[in-house]
Amino acid sequence: MTESAPIISIKGLTKTYDNEHQALKGIDLDIREGEILALLGPNGAGKTTLISAICGLVSPSSGTVTVAGYDIIKDFRKTREMIGLVPQELTLGAFERVGNTVAFSRGLFGKAPNAKFIDDLLDELTLGDKKDNMVQQLSGGMKRRVLIAKALSHEPQILFLDEPTAGVDVELRKDMWSIVERLRQSGVTIILTTHYIEEAEEIADRVGVIAGGELLELEDKKTLMEKLGKKQLVVELKNGINTIPSELGEYGLELANDGLKLTYTFDARQERTGMTTLLTSLSQAGLVVTDLNTRQSSLEDIFVDIVKADA
Amino acid sequence: MNTQAVRAIYTAEMRRTRNTLLQSVAAPVISTALYFVVFGSAIGSRIESVDGVAYGAFIVPGLMMLSLLTQSISNASFGIFFPKFTGTIYEVMSAPISFFEILIGYVGAAATKSMILGVLILITATFFVDLRIAHPFWMLGFFLLTCVSFSLFGFIIGLWADNFEKLQLIPSLVITPLVFLGGSFYSVDMLPAFWQKISLLNPVLYLISGFRWSFFEVSDVGVGISLSMILVFLLVCIAIVWIMFKTGYKLKP
Repeated sequence: MTESAPIISIKGLTKTYDNEHQALKGIDLDIREGEILALLGPNGAGKTTLISAICGLVSPSSGTVTVAGYDIIKDFRKTREMIGLVPQELTLGAFERVGNTVAFSRGLFGKAPNAKFIDDLLDELTLGDKKDNMVQQLSGGMKRRVLIAKALSHEPQILFLDEPTAGVDVELRKDMWSIVERLRQSGVTIILTTHYIEEAEEIADRVGVIAGGELLELEDKKTLMEKLGKKQLVVELKNGINTIPSELGEYGLELANDGLKLTYTFDARQERTGMTTLLTSLSQAGLVVTDLNTRQSSLEDIFVDIVKADA
Repeated sequence: MNTQAVRAIYTAEMRRTRNTLLQSVAAPVISTALYFVVFGSAIGSRIESVDGVAYGAFIVPGLMMLSLLTQSISNASFGIFFPKFTGTIYEVMSAPISFFEILIGYVGAAATKSMILGVLILITATFFVDLRIAHPFWMLGFFLLTCVSFSLFGFIIGLWADNFEKLQLIPSLVITPLVFLGGSFYSVDMLPAFWQKISLLNPVLYLISGFRWSFFEVSDVGVGISLSMILVFLLVCIAIVWIMFKTGYKLKP
């Protein structure tokens, strides 16, 4: 990805709530135009506060945020026009029709009414036949779609998705990722928060790890995984063993599958992984190897490591 | 100025009224008609005229004020309280819209509803009593000022209230007594001297008095004082709303 001026630039952002809970402890973050950034972190990490501060729902205690070069407080009209937000909670007025509430959002963000655009948007979210339904009659998944439609109603250049797939069925999840993909192709910058690691792994370009109000890591997804990823070498044995031979003690092997499988965990960042010596030692111990297999650890493992190291 | 946003809020609020037509418009009109039947026709026929005005006609301005005040407050307070309660306020707060524009949208819609209601009550009244309006412009002025300032007041209550109980508290415990004791159904002259003095502390008295003057040219206090009182009330409400918005009161942590 080319290094251009960031679309969102966050500098020294802190937020301390009235109850003295410090939700953000000095976040510095540049978000690139057109990327999909996943903010990963456990509940209460500060993800929603961060998003809320950028969108104008929470007043920052200190620090600055600019969107496309505009300050979010001084030039709030310019910055907010560019942003669409899908909140975490299913917050919808009860006594409203789907079409009306989406058109309302468009107007609220300063755009002239455009019935065709709203109709197309509803169709894309498979809400076309629900246009005249009352919002409270919809299922949870459908309500989520309405919230997405509302967030996209004013054609934003930046989309925030706060825990988009919490309590969402497989179908909607798939639909959501295809919408995200289409938006990315049209140049929309997407920031999503999640505590589902697979989600970040699946669609993000970069992953930021947030815990305790601090941004602990921010890397390209691949780099992050390579940088911090542990690899495992799984060795299949011809003849099962009951115990790991003492000469192999130093490798910290795990025995599984009725003694037919040995797992060796190593750090991919090290220059010497120890694989070669392990194989030599295996043959010296008289074990016959039938298969070898290496695998990368998932973002989940990485995440747990980072948060643990920080704690 | 984000006129699209103001329009969007105003339209959505007016749509809410249409959806709840029975509750928003029919109910107040019916209850006012009942007042006319009971106080105007049944009891009123046994009461002499007050200050030279037939009792049935005399209570019209007071009854209109009763409805305008309670309905302005309830419309505006509910209009802003409900999105707060359901959480949909996030959208308004994240929109490229100033607090002033939010205010025009919500308060404008609430005031419009009250005006429609006031006109309906006036029309209803003509079925029961002979009515004349001595000073139509003054009447319209008091009418508009009351709708706007009490919608503003309702908006403040809606922002302040964090549960349904608080939402009902001020309208039922403060406004309704003030209206009833403010001379809706009687002239302050009819009270003992001590209570006349106490009544002068009631701001609603000035409203009703001024409004009644614009109909019948009879009043408890000077019309100039009445007008000043409502303007002061309007300015106080604007000041409170302004401070609330500046500090993000209960809207923005």
